[in-house]
Amino acid sequence: MRYLPLTEQDRREMLAVIGAKSVDELFRDVPQSARLPGKIAGLPDHQGELEVERAFQAFAAKNISPSAAPSFIGAGAYRHHVPSTVDYMIQRGEFLTSYTPYQPEITQGTLQYLFEFQTQITLLTGMEVANASMYDGSTGTSEAVLMANRVTRRHKALISGGLHPHYRRIIETTARWEGFSAVIGKADVEGLEDLIGSIDKETSCVVVQNPSFFGHVRDFTKLAAACHAAGALLIVVVTEVVSLGLLMPPGEMGADIVVCEGQSIGNGLGFGGPYVGLFATREKYMRQMPGRLVGETVDADGKRGFVLTLSTREQHIRREKATSNICTNAGLCALAFTVHLTLLGESGFRRLSELNHAKASELADRVSAVPGVQLVNESFFNEFTVRLPKPAAPVVEALAARRILGGLPVSRLIPDDPPVGNLLLLAATETATEHGMAPLVSALKEVL
Amino acid sequence: MVQSLDHSQGRSQGRADAPATAGSSVPVTFTGNRALQIEEPLIFEMGQPGRCGVDLPEPPKVRDRLNGLRRNGEIGLPGLSEPQVVQHYTRLSQKNYAIDMGVYPLGSCTMKHNPRINEKVARFAGIGDLHPLQPVSTVQGALELIDSLAHWLKTLTGMPAVAMSPAAGAHGEMCGMMAIAAALEAKGERAKRRIVLAPESAHGTNPATAAALGFTVKPIPANGKGRVDLTALKSALGPEVAAIMLTNPNTCGLFESEIIEISKAVHEAGAYFYCDGANFNAIVGRVRPGDLGIDCMHINLHKTFSTPHGGGGPGAGPVVLSAALAPYAPYPWIVKQGDAWTVAEDGAKVDGKPLGRLKAFHGQMGMFTRALAYIMSHGADGLKQAAEDAVLSANYVMAALKDVMTPAFEGPCMHEALFDDSFLKDTGVSTLDFAKAMIDEGYHPMTMYFPLVVHGAMLIEPTESQAKEDLDLFIAAMRSLTERAKSGTAAEDFKAAPRYSPRRRLDETLAARKPILRWRPSNSPPGGDPIRQAAE
Repeated sequence: MRYLPLTEQDRREMLAVIGAKSVDELFRDVPQSARLPGKIAGLPDHQGELEVERAFQAFAAKNISPSAAPSFIGAGAYRHHVPSTVDYMIQRGEFLTSYTPYQPEITQGTLQYLFEFQTQITLLTGMEVANASMYDGSTGTSEAVLMANRVTRRHKALISGGLHPHYRRIIETTARWEGFSAVIGKADVEGLEDLIGSIDKETSCVVVQNPSFFGHVRDFTKLAAACHAAGALLIVVVTEVVSLGLLMPPGEMGADIVVCEGQSIGNGLGFGGPYVGLFATREKYMRQMPGRLVGETVDADGKRGFVLTLSTREQHIRREKATSNICTNAGLCALAFTVHLTLLGESGFRRLSELNHAKASELADRVSAVPGVQLVNESFFNEFTVRLPKPAAPVVEALAARRILGGLPVSRLIPDDPPVGNLLLLAATETATEHGMAPLVSALKEVL
Repeated sequence: MVQSLDHSQGRSQGRADAPATAGSSVPVTFTGNRALQIEEPLIFEMGQPGRCGVDLPEPPKVRDRLNGLRRNGEIGLPGLSEPQVVQHYTRLSQKNYAIDMGVYPLGSCTMKHNPRINEKVARFAGIGDLHPLQPVSTVQGALELIDSLAHWLKTLTGMPAVAMSPAAGAHGEMCGMMAIAAALEAKGERAKRRIVLAPESAHGTNPATAAALGFTVKPIPANGKGRVDLTALKSALGPEVAAIMLTNPNTCGLFESEIIEISKAVHEAGAYFYCDGANFNAIVGRVRPGDLGIDCMHINLHKTFSTPHGGGGPGAGPVVLSAALAPYAPYPWIVKQGDAWTVAEDGAKVDGKPLGRLKAFHGQMGMFTRALAYIMSHGADGLKQAAEDAVLSANYVMAALKDVMTPAFEGPCMHEALFDDSFLKDTGVSTLDFAKAMIDEGYHPMTMYFPLVVHGAMLIEPTESQAKEDLDLFIAAMRSLTERAKSGTAAEDFKAAPRYSPRRRLDETLAARKPILRWRPSNSPPGGDPIRQAAE
């Protein structure tokens, strides 16, 4: 087996040093009844690279790749172009095959890029501090609610109907099993929801998304003020981080915690993961944050260096009193994010953002010109909702039969709400082209 | 010249609030570099307006539909060209130790070889570029792939069901413990069973998870052989106990030899058995945890099945479930209906009562792909051989060092060898000093000070990936270090280690006392930024 360096001769010599007759002797603490007589039955034996590659080509052949079909699906995961440098860099063995940087003397590479990453996140979000990543935006949002509960010592979270339905479900699940109350708003299709009236003295936080799941762009400055007046925190979620190149950052609106899904920068769609959660807050809440933090310090020679810090918040030190049980996070996806954002820089990131908005504007104009299709949004960034004259799910299936990935029927994620049945969510990024938009529009005309 | 100024005067000097100590005796270079060790500034100190590492087309002018919320002012991101970006991250990469470089004996972390075929197949078009919410009819191969991995995981563990969505081991723990809470709720016992038992040697994630779910954590002592004290466990069990969380093989690198008695006692008391599967790599292919009577176990795909650790993730933590817990597995469920795969998402009718949802979409697909490629490459025969080689290598290291270091417990061990620090007694050298001296020898240190139950613990996990010659050199280096430590004259030397790494010991107290968690123009060292000054 190509991955195993020990030869039969090595194994014999090693057993002799140990003083054991066979490897079986080393497993003698396993109860007799649980010892298998040989290898596990019913599973194939080892295979060469060629055979393994073929097996995965066979899996791939049964899917429609968005690279080979017009694709307009967003809903929390966006198809962007990732520069070749990014994928090359994250496959360097020194990054790929290193562990969490517990020995800072020989992991300055990881620690420095995470420090740079943290700084980039604060700049994008307009916040003061950021951690070294969460699993993804969805789990990060749930951690933000738990953090707000800790900070305010309250246990009621108000969840906007404009938050991604999966994110809402995760908060609901966490609330159910960890014991707090989550008041979930009705699906906010029109983007007119007003949560200010629902805030009370029990409210720990209000969770909103910008742009919302349905694409609306909103100003939460007044909501932030209302939260603060009532002693609650405002959590702003961004599932399309590219929007921050063009939109007022949540920090400027008064957000206390900002959580983003960072997939759009540097990370492929990957059928849903792994992605990278971005988590930022105000300095005064720094010690209540979940996850790892990298800080600057000096070494014994007085040279600048970086270390994991404030770890007294974490499970390996605090155990049952930790701020979160999170351990492994999304280090390599954070590297992909930071390399891509460094390539983009100020001017590239802004231009990318403009391009996304322009493409989505074009798509919105073209699709809403199709008879029977009505654009729901007055505002959007690169994703918007349209109302079709019939249920959206079969329309999307009919488009798929024509090899067009024509958006998300909202009913897939909100199945129990009949009024959303005809809604279709469409996204366009810089990857959208005339060769994609034209077939979508003509297929829609046929199908509707 | 500006580049030289930068390194010699500015960026390597350190924090403004930290006094620079006397350096080592090595002569100082003009640049601050030492051959291949190149000092590297932060991207924020390198950027120039007008530089960019991508070429994007001019966006067409459109009417803003941003609700008047256009961002004002600069974001503050630095501008770098592509070659600068490549050089920056390449230089940073060279400041890291990695599995690709050599022995990485970090106990409990399983730093085994990461095959590149896994990276390749994960990037195939039609796998790596799929949108998670494409119509199910267009992702049949992806769903089949997930089910194939699920089949392997169920068969290897001897368990009937698996929840695939958890994003990492700790997330898997959360999933498993929520499933236990759900099962208790269904029996009307959630309110009365509030205690979770965990050995003192447990990973910190175990008590953190249980406490987050509102359970009270009660520690179970170990016996003199480094295993759970069965008598103490039995007396702790009762009608208030919800579950035990136990790692097996345990964090001392030992198989819990009374595990069947433990699971019997736990079940007789009406509680559930959560097994922390962090060390599954020691027994995969040889022992099925299902035969030991467990109710659930997370599998760290980044440990046992070699998906890359990536400097701290991403991981994946699927959880295998017993028949008693399977109905509570969270959404989504991947189900076969006739010839077609479907995804049962929130609210869909399934044969059970899902506990909710833990993660957006369907889990860490990229990790599933890599783990499945690893598993298929090994096959049933190779996985068993890998576990045996891992155990053999750990016992070999233990046997070759036991006369100069002090094993914490009588052998044999499983996949990792645990030593305490009594061999360092009166030498003036601590476990930390010893670990830092290993760095100068070209090794990543072993895990230190964990598990907490062993004084000055040193946990060595060589894995199956090292050739015998490399293990022999490692052993010889360790023996030489013990000799130096015991010579009575080298304590100062050890305290000064490491000397040859890109940075020497870092001041962690300063980092925590006055946290600097981001770059600001004002944290630059005294004298400001020489590049900017030179440019001005």
